[in-house]
Amino acid sequence: MASSFSRILSSKRNIGILSLVGGSATVGFLLHRDHVSAGSPVRRRYPASAEYPDLRKHNNCMASSLTPAIYAKLCDKATPNGFTLDQAIQTGVDNPGHPFIKTVGLVAGDEESYEVFADLLDPVIKERHNGYDPRNMRHPTDLDASKIQSGQFDERYVLSSRVRTGRSIRGLSLPPACTRAERREVERVVVDALAGLKGDLTGKYYSLTQMTEKEQQQLIDDHFLFDKPVSPLLTCAGMARDWPDARGIWHNNEKTFLIWINEEDHTRVISMEKGGNMKRVFERFCRGLKEVEHLIQEKGWEFMWNERLGYILTCPSNLGTGLRAGVHVKLPLLSKDARFSKILDNLRLQKRGTGGVDTAAVGGVFDISNLDRLGQSEVQLVQTVVDGVNYLIECEKRLERGQDIKVPPPLKQFK
Amino acid sequence: MEIAANGSRAASINLPSGSGQRRAAGRCGGWKLLGGTIGIFVSTPGSSSSPQVRQQGANMPFGNTHNQVKLKFTSDQEYPDLSKHNNHMAKVLTPAMYERLRSKQTPSGFTLDDVIQTGVDNPGHPFIMTVGCVAGDEETYEVFKELLDPVIQDRHGGYKPSDKHKTDLNAANLKGGDDLDPNYVLSSRVRTGRSVRGFCLPPHCSRGERRAVEKLSIEALASLSGDLKGKYYALKNMTDAEQQQLIDDHFLFDKPVSPLLLASGMARDWPDARGIWHNDNKTFLVWVNEEDHLRVISMQKGGNMKEVFNRFCTGLTKIETLFKDRGHAFMWNEHLGYVLTCPSNLGTGLRAGVHVKLPNMSKHAKFEEVLKRLRLQKRGTGGVDTAAVGGVFDISNADRLGFSEVELVQMVVDGVRLLVDMEKKLEKGQSIDDLMPAQK
Repeated sequence: MASSFSRILSSKRNIGILSLVGGSATVGFLLHRDHVSAGSPVRRRYPASAEYPDLRKHNNCMASSLTPAIYAKLCDKATPNGFTLDQAIQTGVDNPGHPFIKTVGLVAGDEESYEVFADLLDPVIKERHNGYDPRNMRHPTDLDASKIQSGQFDERYVLSSRVRTGRSIRGLSLPPACTRAERREVERVVVDALAGLKGDLTGKYYSLTQMTEKEQQQLIDDHFLFDKPVSPLLTCAGMARDWPDARGIWHNNEKTFLIWINEEDHTRVISMEKGGNMKRVFERFCRGLKEVEHLIQEKGWEFMWNERLGYILTCPSNLGTGLRAGVHVKLPLLSKDARFSKILDNLRLQKRGTGGVDTAAVGGVFDISNLDRLGQSEVQLVQTVVDGVNYLIECEKRLERGQDIKVPPPLKQFK
Repeated sequence: MEIAANGSRAASINLPSGSGQRRAAGRCGGWKLLGGTIGIFVSTPGSSSSPQVRQQGANMPFGNTHNQVKLKFTSDQEYPDLSKHNNHMAKVLTPAMYERLRSKQTPSGFTLDDVIQTGVDNPGHPFIMTVGCVAGDEETYEVFKELLDPVIQDRHGGYKPSDKHKTDLNAANLKGGDDLDPNYVLSSRVRTGRSVRGFCLPPHCSRGERRAVEKLSIEALASLSGDLKGKYYALKNMTDAEQQQLIDDHFLFDKPVSPLLLASGMARDWPDARGIWHNDNKTFLVWVNEEDHLRVISMQKGGNMKEVFNRFCTGLTKIETLFKDRGHAFMWNEHLGYVLTCPSNLGTGLRAGVHVKLPNMSKHAKFEEVLKRLRLQKRGTGGVDTAAVGGVFDISNADRLGFSEVELVQMVVDGVRLLVDMEKKLEKGQSIDDLMPAQK
C-alpha cells in the first residue's frame, strides 16, 4: 500500500515548495510518507500545564484519557497538514457531555491525526470500541454481500432497511480541518466518479449552493436533504465552516443509493429501500461502494484505509467499517418487555427512534442497528443485524401468541 | 507584541534537524527534512507594529486555517463564495486582495482566513450590515490593513486610514447630563471594552493566555476601593445562589449563541477563564473574556448620565493604572483608539445609552429621521436585536470611532433630552416640527 500511496501522492499533490506572494515568504514542505510523523511543532508561550483544559465536569472519552502527561507530550505536535491536538480535542472541551451518554469528544483533522496523536487516540478507540487495540489487532474488511444469509425480513414487521457508511479521500484533510479548496476538491473528485455510475446506480448530483427551490423541496420530501449541522458536538469541531460551500447530495434515479458530500465526513454512503430485503440493500451498498472506489482509482485517488483502523473517518466512533445497518421495525409488545434492553445488548444491537440518533420511537416502531463498527467486517456486522432482527421478530411473534421469550446469550465481541 | 517572561522558551522548541530558526526575509530554499516538516511564516517585513517577537512556525491552537495547506492551492481555488453575502467584509474583499493577503499572518499566527471566517459563515441580512471579520490580536489591524481599512472606513462613516482618533475620558468635560427627566429615562448606562496588550484576542487566544488575562484582571480589580470595591465571580465556580443573584441583577452573561460570535471562535473552552466582577453597589461591572478581554459597564437607574459617566471614567482610569502597575498596557493607538476584537468597536468602543419611554415619539413618522440626525440608534430593551416593550427603547450613540468618549456621551445626553421634550409635546398634542434638529 505504501508504494502505491506515494505514487498517488507525487502525481496528485503538487508539492510546490514555494509560493512567493507579494514579498512575503512561505515555505512549503515535503512529506516522507514512509514514516508518518509529526509536522512542525507548535510554538507555545505557556507551559503545557497552563494550557491543559479543565475537564473536571466532563464525561467523554477524550476527557477520560487525556492526562496532563499525555497533553504535555502531544500539545506541541502537529500533523503534516498543521492539525494540532488542541484542534482535535476542542469539541470535547467545549461539550462536557452528559452523565448518561458518553460522547467521543475528539475528531481527526486528517489521516495522520490517528498516528501523530496515537497516545490519546488509541485509548479512546479502545474505550469506544470495546477493547479494540489498534496496536495489536487487525480490522477485517469484507464487502462480499453474497455471504449474507436469511437477509429477507418479515415485512409485516420490518418497514424499511438501510445501510450507511462513510469514506474519506486519501490526501485531503477531513472536514474539521480542510480548507475551502480541499473541500471543493473532495466534491469534484467524488462527483466526477459518481457521474460514471451506470444501470440502477445512474443518478444526479445536487449541490447545496445551487439547488433550485423545487429540487430542495423534493429532497426534503424524500428525506434526503441534510442541513447545516446544529449540534454543538459538530460545530465546535469546525466542520460547518464555509457552509454550504462544496456540500451536496447525490442520489440514483431509483432513490435507493444516496451519497452526502462534505457533511461530517468527505462522503456518507447510504443504501436503502422500503421493506425488509436487507440482503439486496447490502448488495447494492457493496456494489456501489466498489464501483465508486474503482472510479476514483482510475483518476489516481483512493480511500483512506489501513489494516489497523479500517476505513478512516472524522470521528473515531466511525472507524473500521463506519457501518450502521439498520431497520425500522414494529415491536410494540417486545419494546414494552422489561428484558428488551438486555436482549438488544446481548445481540449487539442498539435502538433509536425513527428520526435517527437522539430521537424517540413512534408507534412502537424502532430503528434497530448494529452497535459495533470496528473489529468486525461489514459482512459480519450486517449478519449480526440480520440474525438479531430475525430474533426480535420471533420474540414479538411469540409475545403476540402469549408465549414467553428468552434472552439470548451474549455475542462475542471480536470474531 | 509584548511577550511574557516565558517568551524565552523560543530557544527550547525542538525542531527537526536541518531546520533553521532564522526568519527568512526573502525566498527560502526548498527544505527537505527527514521524517518531519517545518513551516516558517513571516508577515511582510515591516508589516507588523511589534517586531521584537517573531514566532516561527507559530501555529497557535485553533488555527483551523493553517496556511501551509492552503498555499498549495491557488488563490482562486481557495477564494470564498461570497455571492450571497451582505457584510462589510464581503463588500471589500476581492480575489486580488485575497491573493495578496492570504500568505500573511500576524506574529501569533492569525491568518486572513481566520479574520474572515465569521463573515464567510454568516452571509448576513439584507437590511442589517454586519462586519464579517474579527481581529485575533493587535497586529491583525496592521498586517491585514488592506482589508480592514476599507471595512473600518465603511463601518465608521468614512474614517480614513490617515485619521486620528481623540480619546477623552475627562468626565468634567461633559455638559449637563444630570438633568434627564427620570419620569421618562428609566436607566442610564455606559459600556466599553478594553484589550490587554500582548495577549491574543478571544477569537485566537489559547487557554493559557485567556487564563492569564483573567488572572491579571482579578488582581487589578481586587485593588479597587471606595465605591468601586467589589468581587469577582468566575463563571465556572459560581454557586447556584450567586448565579441566580447575577441573573436577577441582569449582570450574568451567558455563552454566546449568536453564530456571528461562535463562528469566530471566541466561545471556545467555555466557561474557562470567564467571569463577572462588580462593585458592591452594583453600579460598576466588568465582564472578563466574553467577546473582548474586558467589557466595562457603568450603570444605574434613572437619568443621571453624568454620574454614570463620572464613575465610568474614574473606574476605567483606575483600572488602566492598575494594569500598568503590573506591566500591562491596554491596546491603543493614535489612529484606531482602543483596539477591540470587532472592528465595529474600535475607537472608544463606547455605547452610552438609556432606557427611555417614548410611546408617542416612537410612533411618529419622523422618529427614524430624528435619530439619524442626532447620530443615535434605537434597540429593544433586551439589547441588540431585541424588540421594544411598552414603548420603552434603548437609545444610544451610533458612532464609536472618530469621536471622543465625551463627545459621544454629550450627543446621547443632548439627544435624549430633545427626544423627551418631543415626547412631552406629542403627549400634549402639539407638533414637534420646530424642534427638529439639524444633522450632527
